[in-house]
Amino acid sequence: MKILVCISHVPDTTSKINFTDNDTKFDTNGVQFVINPNDEFGLTRAMWFKEKQGATVHVVNVGGAETEPTLRKALAIGADEAIRVDAEATDGFSVAKQLANVVKEGGYDLVLGGRESIDYNGGMVPGMIAQLTGANFVNTCISLEIEGDTATAIREIDGGKETVKAKLPLVVGGQKGIVEESDLRIPNMRGIMQARKKPLTVKDAVDANAETQTAQFEKPAPKGDIKLVETVDELVDLLHNEAKVI
Amino acid sequence: MSVVVYTESEEGKFKKIAQEAVSYAKGIADKMGTPVTAVTINGGDTSELGKYGADKVLNVSNDKLDKFNAEAYADAVAQAAKKEGAKVVVVSSSANSKYMAPLLAVNLDAGYVPNVTELPESTEPFKVKHSVFTNKAFSITEFKTDVKIVGLAKNAYGVKENEAAGTAEDFAPELSSEDFSVDVVSVDKATDKVTIADAEIVVSGGRGLKGPENWEMIEEMADILGAATACSKPVSDMGWRPHSEHVGQTGKPVAANLYIAIGISGAIQHLAGINASKTKVVINNDPEAPFFKNADYGIVGDAFEIVPKLNEKLKEFKAQNG
Repeated sequence: MKILVCISHVPDTTSKINFTDNDTKFDTNGVQFVINPNDEFGLTRAMWFKEKQGATVHVVNVGGAETEPTLRKALAIGADEAIRVDAEATDGFSVAKQLANVVKEGGYDLVLGGRESIDYNGGMVPGMIAQLTGANFVNTCISLEIEGDTATAIREIDGGKETVKAKLPLVVGGQKGIVEESDLRIPNMRGIMQARKKPLTVKDAVDANAETQTAQFEKPAPKGDIKLVETVDELVDLLHNEAKVI
Repeated sequence: MSVVVYTESEEGKFKKIAQEAVSYAKGIADKMGTPVTAVTINGGDTSELGKYGADKVLNVSNDKLDKFNAEAYADAVAQAAKKEGAKVVVVSSSANSKYMAPLLAVNLDAGYVPNVTELPESTEPFKVKHSVFTNKAFSITEFKTDVKIVGLAKNAYGVKENEAAGTAEDFAPELSSEDFSVDVVSVDKATDKVTIADAEIVVSGGRGLKGPENWEMIEEMADILGAATACSKPVSDMGWRPHSEHVGQTGKPVAANLYIAIGISGAIQHLAGINASKTKVVINNDPEAPFFKNADYGIVGDAFEIVPKLNEKLKEFKAQNG
């Protein structure tokens, strides 16, 4: 089984979100970048398939050379090879087109992505890859088993869950649950040393125009001060008469 | 040419997000001077959608679509959008809509922007404001495509009544076996509980509650308020509560009218996930807890003393105010 894990290179959650160039660009100054958490759950599940079912695991990212440390980290966690598509990741649809091309050329059986990235929260790339390549698609996946050419997955829905079966090739939008938080791996020294020698291929981008484009970023209005109260009577009164939420 | 809006229903009743989506579609249609066509799949009483501004309702009835299936639904909505010559398609932010929308975008070769919070500031060029960086910022994004899919954020625009004809018309999309290649084997859904996705009020507990045996008072408050229960990440990681209750960046997003956090310190990942909620209340014995900087109302004190008192007061309030 050939697995491709799509890795989004995103600012760490604790990063300060600021913009430059008249609020048209994200300010990367001093920002620590990490593997998108939802993608890391998928990567960790891929490691399980590698170790238990002999799968080969490739990781891919669309971005400039500055994203390579994030791919190296995925290699240190245990992926066999990395691919970087040399294009600016502007919008979800164009990124999906780049990745769909990698999927078609590589003949992958399983493509693992995250439910959404924590930067643009688009949540569209895995579904678009599936539709562009004709693969099946399962989103918000919290459990994934593969037997031969058939996948059994559990998907989180609003207020419950749903079990689905689908043939490979399959694209999955994963999230916490596909593995647990405690299953996540921190690269060890050996992994880091090996990762340096593993192949990282830079691929030219295919033609794909942006379908949407950020014109301007805005920050939310600063939050007003909290009203601290002493008694539950005051609280209920405020929630009813001031906030009007009960 | 019309604005097409996909309306979700459950057990023959339209969901609130469907009413919200139609209200929003009407807002866009007015800006563009076009009518609104709602698409419903095995939905409820279609005349209801007229109330929020649907001029026409395309009604799909098909037993095969009884269970949600993203590919088949995307195919059906795409065919409806093409039939109507739609330039704008509105969907909601439910788990199902977010599953379907990327497929729909490919079917229609359309740009897709989710988590949109307001009406477009302009329709030529078509620019929408949507939340990014998990509610820490907004982006004004311009569509470059002829057809545009707008994913409306939950609880952002609200339900607005705007009487229109709501003329129902049967619509039978052509579906192929490939549309059903992901087979939904079983659906496991608690029907007696308010879900976090649909809830107007969410009552959430954290590590400060010391153990799963102390959740009774949280559930009691949720019962009184008709709220959903939720929890912080450590609580679900320790197995005190099911994962499905975990709210935050890697858990479920919350965009409720009222979010009550009890014994939750307010880690940045937690706050990111619940920030789209309108009013936030924190009850915590640590006045230094970061949540106090992000909430609207707070009580510093022991949850085990305050929550039972608050429950009594809320019961009294509900008895008087219904």
